[in-house]
Amino acid sequence: MAKQLYYEDVEVGIEIPPLVKRPTTRQLVQWAGASGDYYELHYDKDFAQAQGFPNVLVHGKLKFGLLGQMLTDWIGEGGILRKLSCSYRGTDFPGEDLVCKGRVANKYVKDGEHIVECEIWTENPGGEKTTPGNATVILPSRAQDKKEA
Amino acid sequence: MQQGSIITDEMKEQLGVEGTPTILEVEKGHIRMMAEALGDPNPLWQDEEYAKKTRYGGIIAPPALLCNARAGTGRGVQMKSPFLRALAGGDELEYYLPVRPGDVITSVSKIAEYNEREGRRGKMLFTIIETTYKNQRGEVVATSRSTYISY
Repeated sequence: MAKQLYYEDVEVGIEIPPLVKRPTTRQLVQWAGASGDYYELHYDKDFAQAQGFPNVLVHGKLKFGLLGQMLTDWIGEGGILRKLSCSYRGTDFPGEDLVCKGRVANKYVKDGEHIVECEIWTENPGGEKTTPGNATVILPSRAQDKKEA
Repeated sequence: MQQGSIITDEMKEQLGVEGTPTILEVEKGHIRMMAEALGDPNPLWQDEEYAKKTRYGGIIAPPALLCNARAGTGRGVQMKSPFLRALAGGDELEYYLPVRPGDVITSVSKIAEYNEREGRRGKMLFTIIETTYKNQRGEVVATSRSTYISY
């Protein structure tokens, strides 16, 4: 794993390292099994086309999970993901790049916790934010580590 | 509002009513399936030896574990809609405690809100469902607020 991220390393405006994914239909089926979401819209192309979509859709909650992966990769085992939210604004299709991105929006200390708020989103190949959201993480602090040592 | 609301009295009666609980027995195999479906190689979800040396002292579940049908997110309630087409609108999770293999998570949902809006495809119904997840010790490990759209 990468080295631990600390509160002091983070400034407002910095970007979270992007996580590039290209979901396949196979991955959607894996997700259906793991999550228990067997809605046909995500693996039956005829069904999806009857609903007016060109292809099956990437599950919204899979995108939630991928944004979660981007965040847990970034904060490492020393960080805590407190809040994760996103809206399934746009549709994403298998075989297309889905890039998870984020940016630090705010940082502050409250009740001894070193809190970082982020804007997060997924981007489609057209650069559109298909899944905008927010996350709150708690990071370890170098100052606190020193005090406890 | 033209021709009255699509939100019926029967639907309103369901507001705040706790639905049937969903019980999820968290297993390592399930966590691994979820990590594989995400394509997330983080050893904290899978490698016991690695995870033992972290502050968690063992494997924990990725955030996605509590945001899906199997975990009972938005499930067990009497969700009614006059429309046939449905989409997930969004999810908001707050996490309080880690979830580990062996935990038994009981989730209970309730319909918190209905909103109707005029969309590109005509009238749309937004149903917001709140879910509380507790472990076998009765501790709240997470809460969620999920939006479902029908049109």
